[in-house]
Amino acid sequence: MTDLTKLTLAEARDKLRAGVVTSVELTETFLKAIDEADALNAFVHMTPEIALERAKAADARIAQGDAPDMCGLPIGIKDLFCTKGVASQAASGILEGFTPEYESTVSQKLEDSGAVMLGKLNMDEFAMGSSNETSVYGNAINPWRRGNDDAALTPGGSSGGSAAAVAADLCLAVTGTDTGGSIRQPAAFTGITGIKPTYGRCSRWGVVAFASSLDQAGPMTKDVRDAAIMLEAMCGHDEKDSTSVDLPVPNFEAMLTGDIRGKKIGIPKEYRMDGMPAEIEKLWADGTEMLKAAGAEIVDISLPHTKYALPAYYVIAPAEASSNLARYDGVRYGHRATLAAGDGITEMYEKTRAEGFGHEVQRRVMVGTYVLSAGFYDAYYNRARRVRTLIKQDFENVFAQGIDAILTPATPSAAFGLGEMTDADPIQMYLNDVFTVTVNLAGLPGVSVPTGLDSQGLPLGLQLIGRPWEEGDLLNTAYALEQAAGFVAKPGKWW
Amino acid sequence: MSIDESTAAKVAKLARIKVEEDALPALAQEFNAVLGFIEQLNEVDVEGVEPMVSVTPMRLKRREDVVTDGDQQEKILSNAPDAREGFFAVPKVVE
Repeated sequence: MTDLTKLTLAEARDKLRAGVVTSVELTETFLKAIDEADALNAFVHMTPEIALERAKAADARIAQGDAPDMCGLPIGIKDLFCTKGVASQAASGILEGFTPEYESTVSQKLEDSGAVMLGKLNMDEFAMGSSNETSVYGNAINPWRRGNDDAALTPGGSSGGSAAAVAADLCLAVTGTDTGGSIRQPAAFTGITGIKPTYGRCSRWGVVAFASSLDQAGPMTKDVRDAAIMLEAMCGHDEKDSTSVDLPVPNFEAMLTGDIRGKKIGIPKEYRMDGMPAEIEKLWADGTEMLKAAGAEIVDISLPHTKYALPAYYVIAPAEASSNLARYDGVRYGHRATLAAGDGITEMYEKTRAEGFGHEVQRRVMVGTYVLSAGFYDAYYNRARRVRTLIKQDFENVFAQGIDAILTPATPSAAFGLGEMTDADPIQMYLNDVFTVTVNLAGLPGVSVPTGLDSQGLPLGLQLIGRPWEEGDLLNTAYALEQAAGFVAKPGKWW
Repeated sequence: MSIDESTAAKVAKLARIKVEEDALPALAQEFNAVLGFIEQLNEVDVEGVEPMVSVTPMRLKRREDVVTDGDQQEKILSNAPDAREGFFAVPKVVE
């Protein structure tokens, strides 16, 4: 019997339909694999009973013949999603013990489609980070290592545990979320595929909020076909999320023809950063050639306000976070500080939040508080929102000229070592998102596809940015790129 | 725009996060690093540009103003650090 853990979502789906394997078998295989992978610290709350229960139900449903694509497929859920009766902490101490009485819309949709939840996945606290080093559960570890040493590498963030789990074959696929790159950057660091859909495609209801105008859920998978299958199951209008779009969800998988002849691919000059590593340059140039060879027309484009995306993001995201995280006050859920005699409500708030929030979260909440405070609101927050309008307009102009998709690097480097950035300026860490934040600011769909290895054998990814609501077309272009790149490398198992 | 310790203390207060006296200098420095980075937004000509409200132009959907959910006191209190007699209990708020 082939190693079941090596299957893709699509392969497993087909094998289940063919009666060659059962969901219970798949589930048990992955539960065992996860048991042996403590060293990666990818899964942080396991749900084996729920998993086996759902697997049995899935097998019955498949036998009846009406099962949706995701039925019976074992997946992981990022800790940011509220899962009923199962710990949902957003990797924060302030939500220790919090067990939701409700299920997020996205994870409910996956459950309804028959998917099997194996457990919750590690992440940066409140999705704030690019390395999974701010988690209350401790670091998630990248299953990939540099060719010449065994230093522990970051899987990226914030969906670090998610990425590590897929790359290490601990599950077939995972849910992630992306506010500034948190699906696409970890996907690139771990050699997997990750898509953030257009803002509004997936419901945010039940997803612990970081920045409400930027957050989006999305799948992280072993390849583009899997991403198409899982994205379809996750998308859809939700009455409980007034920012979710009321548009039908296409069959994304059916749109994967691999034919991109005549498609116009934009190469934005402003994404060529000063000091860009030669390897990233080459990866990008190679990717461009691949799309050209597949029949696409390559067009040089300009997105003039690109350099202001990161500073705009670091005004808007913390501002929205300061508002969203105000609810963590020790009153209704989560951690409440032990109070000294004479402590009143204000002391309760202040101590609870100081104890419960990690350092990065405190920093961002306070930066957000500052930029929204009286006297500064206009100078910072409003200005950043105006710049955001300009950033979005850059993309609109380019799409209006007939560009179908934009090709850029996903990250400025391969996965770096854990702890390498601890003493660095916080801005250094923020630069990891330089290629990805523009996409969240403009609300566009973006996908990361692995296309090569760096000189130390670590995966590198390219990003494609698409038109609003055209995830199908975007995934098809990604599919063509994936086929051309032929990236099949997997990390050697050291755990 | 430079942040001094007293401003850092004020921001911590606004954010209701307790920051110890001796941690204020480091905090002020961190703020300055981030704000220094953000300064470049001043280079942009934003004359006549509307601040973005919604990244995807959309009209808020409406529904009939009727109760469709609720009456779940137990569930709502189930995660409370201190729930008493059907209420969330907190230290005294009003003098």
